[in-house]
Amino acid sequence: MAAAGGGRPVRPVAVVSFAQSKMMRREELRNDVEVLQPVIVDVFEKIGLSKDDMGFVCSGSCDYLVGAPFSFVQALDAVGAWPPMRESHVEMDGAFALYEAWTQLQEDDIDTALVFSFGRSSISELGRVLTLQLDPYYMAPLWPDPVALAALQARALIDAGTYGEADFAEVAARSRRDARNNPNAQVTGDKTAQELLGDDYVVAPLRRHALPPITDGATAIILAAGDRARDLCERPAWITGMDHRIETHALGARDLTISPTTRRAAVGAGLLPGGGEGSGTGGVSDDGVSVDVAELHAPFAPQELILRDALGLGDAVVVNPSGGALAANGVMVAGLVRIGEAASRIMDATAQTALAHATSGPCLQQNLVCALAAEPAGGRR
Amino acid sequence: MAQRTAVIGVGQTYHKAKREDVSIAGLVREAAVRALEDAQMDWSDIDAVVIGKAPDMFEGVVMPELYLAPALGAVGKPMIRVHTAGSVGGSTALVAAHLVSSGTHERVLTVAFEKQSDSDAMWALSIPQPFSAPLLAGAGGYFAPIIRAYMRRSGAPDHIGILVAVKDRKQALKNPYAHLHIEDISFEMVRDSIMLWDPVRYLETCPSSDGAAAMVLASESVADSASASYPPAWIHGMAMRSEPTMFAGRDQVNPRAARECAADVYDQAGITEPRREIDVAEVYVPFSWYEPMWLESLGFAAEGEGWKLTDSGATALDGGDIPWNCSGGVLSTNPIGASGMLRFLEAAMQVRGQAGDHQVETVRRALGQAYGGGSQFFAMWVLGADKP
Amino acid sequence: MYGGVSEPVTMLATPIRIEYEFTAGLAQSRYLKGIAEGRFLGQRCPKCEKVYVPPRGSCPTDGVPTTDEVVLGNNGIVTTYCVVNVPFQGQSIEIPYICAQILLDGANIAFMGLIQEIPTAEIRMGMRVEAVWVDKKELGPTMASVKYFRPSGEPDAAYETFSEYL
Repeated sequence: MAAAGGGRPVRPVAVVSFAQSKMMRREELRNDVEVLQPVIVDVFEKIGLSKDDMGFVCSGSCDYLVGAPFSFVQALDAVGAWPPMRESHVEMDGAFALYEAWTQLQEDDIDTALVFSFGRSSISELGRVLTLQLDPYYMAPLWPDPVALAALQARALIDAGTYGEADFAEVAARSRRDARNNPNAQVTGDKTAQELLGDDYVVAPLRRHALPPITDGATAIILAAGDRARDLCERPAWITGMDHRIETHALGARDLTISPTTRRAAVGAGLLPGGGEGSGTGGVSDDGVSVDVAELHAPFAPQELILRDALGLGDAVVVNPSGGALAANGVMVAGLVRIGEAASRIMDATAQTALAHATSGPCLQQNLVCALAAEPAGGRR
Repeated sequence: MAQRTAVIGVGQTYHKAKREDVSIAGLVREAAVRALEDAQMDWSDIDAVVIGKAPDMFEGVVMPELYLAPALGAVGKPMIRVHTAGSVGGSTALVAAHLVSSGTHERVLTVAFEKQSDSDAMWALSIPQPFSAPLLAGAGGYFAPIIRAYMRRSGAPDHIGILVAVKDRKQALKNPYAHLHIEDISFEMVRDSIMLWDPVRYLETCPSSDGAAAMVLASESVADSASASYPPAWIHGMAMRSEPTMFAGRDQVNPRAARECAADVYDQAGITEPRREIDVAEVYVPFSWYEPMWLESLGFAAEGEGWKLTDSGATALDGGDIPWNCSGGVLSTNPIGASGMLRFLEAAMQVRGQAGDHQVETVRRALGQAYGGGSQFFAMWVLGADKP
Repeated sequence: MYGGVSEPVTMLATPIRIEYEFTAGLAQSRYLKGIAEGRFLGQRCPKCEKVYVPPRGSCPTDGVPTTDEVVLGNNGIVTTYCVVNVPFQGQSIEIPYICAQILLDGANIAFMGLIQEIPTAEIRMGMRVEAVWVDKKELGPTMASVKYFRPSGEPDAAYETFSEYL
């Protein structure tokens, strides 16, 4: 994190608890509050705290996904906003709610924050809901759904000559194989990339395996600052930096084969030296992020390749050990889950350093990067 | 220790029932451009953008920050969209303020808007949900019974709501940006207007407006060296509180979240007697009876006495010692997503001395308050002419 | 002048239709099953012991599941009300009508209900009311099974007995 000219020391804040629901295709019996509630109970129980210990509560959700205005209001029942609490909400993936909580924890009037997000994509026509994210005058009335837009991006990637369908299939095969180790993952599999290439196209050049599943789920994270984090957790996952950036909206005005904002966010998060935009296509930049684990929010398989390039991830980095968004893609949830999964690798001692990425909007328009480590920031800025 | 933060630029649109002359992007830019001009800044000076608005059903655009990024100069920058129901305009300003006070950024543009004529506001507010009875008729149907409970509890006479409506609507005539300018507004006109949700009359109710508000928030070093047209308005205190919509034993008339939010803000600002120490207030009063109710909740009057303060004329710009809503308030202008920010913005204008015809003389401290949901989300700030 | 179009386009109307399948959820399903049997079921929070109707699955103040079921009566008190006189899209009841907060006997929270069979000028806080259901054969797991509430004829409740619910 770099304050533009601020030069102020960053207060160390860590992820100390993470919980998620078992991600499913369709939650038949419970409503949003009932899906969220056990996750909230779980995230508190893991560290023996309650809502009364939280200095701030921030959530992420989307009214159009839920089919009702002010849908986040009901969700507060899962927490129990009494006595009155300092609380806020973003109509974005929970990852951005976590960013808001993290910035507010930089001030020392609070020591802890609860962040959560939820959404059941199964209840609506998700494609239509997400298409409404587009420019309402020029784009949305054409109704290009997210799969079609991702296919445009995939086609651009193929035409650029760097990756092909076999690479997309490899990402999907690896993700679903790894998801078998994740008890909360929704879609697992053991097919090889070669076998997956036998799938029919859904929207060429994307075959079914390159698409994310429709997911119902909820997730929560507790952040704590300084000594409080050390008291609560044996191995807190310290946030050494976090940043997010947004690109322009019109797809025709963007180069869909690269993700300059992911790279810029990684710079802001202190994972890359400053200066210079995207590394472009065709290979890994000399300046690559060096972490043990990277959880990338890539709902479509080709997007993982774009993100890897933007971050300059070498082969030594373990990418999406959770299975990533190809294994479970709760809209409004999957980004926050990436942070939770990356943090979990620190907390369970499988990694010393990690990166979590979250995205919003069509074809990776907006990107957040969170840098995590077993030690609080000492090194880079 | 939080860093000092100030408002160094404000801007708003001309609010109307339908702004058919601009797209959504045009609407927010109108406010943002004015705020940047006021701050004597350029788009490239801004580090981050925080945008807020109420439910997306009001325009039919999901997560409009994605579409609006280029219009607000946010390309390549951090951008966040806040949604906390009716208080959103206020909480958006607070999220933006924290980005500065936490040392994360030095210059933040914050915008709040609603272009609710694009969709159907009544529908957007109460989309029929299966399993529930289709009873509500808009926000008024929810708040009117609470107002009746206040009237009963306090023993307030019936005319108090009318007084507030006349006052705020008269004051709006001095605000060129306000939506409703009812030139011949009078007590009789309000009293004789149709009863919408007894005891709330048509002219005691807020309109539905299209509009946007914007502010530039800056760190101390930036504010000190800024060449803005007016001096900075320093944040002396800011707070948010939420409580559940409905729970057994809830005081809906004077919610605890409101009182605790005010207590927090006053504590930060070193205020113990709001009526004496605050010079002007912009408070979210969408139905006229909420003025006496909030007067009590915000500690300007003892419980049960708020209506007496209103009745005495103390809250009028003309002759009052604690003017409330000199801008005309929510009763005169109500783009739902922006209304909260307009309260915060008008408080800044008063402190900076740029409120023109509705300026209160000698403002050292001003309060901005926004609320939303079922009187459950509260956002407030106190601004001062001096550094805290 | 504009490529064949005589006037610039200033308005674009886009019809949007999205279908949703709502889930009542466990708590509300139990409640609706009770409604289908012609009775009001509340749920008690194990922590604060307040009885919620309709039950919400989670106690709003404690954040724990409300699991203990409580059968409530058919009668209650109007704690407060308003008379709705504004027409709006989707409205199914003829204006003016009384919208009231009704505290059922045995419950700790009032809910919104329609009051009929009384001139709007005569409604008052504290009035005792009773639920009017549809015919038995029309009962179903939907709030439409309760037509409305009407004065029960019992003496009004004293203000002190319900003032804490305001």
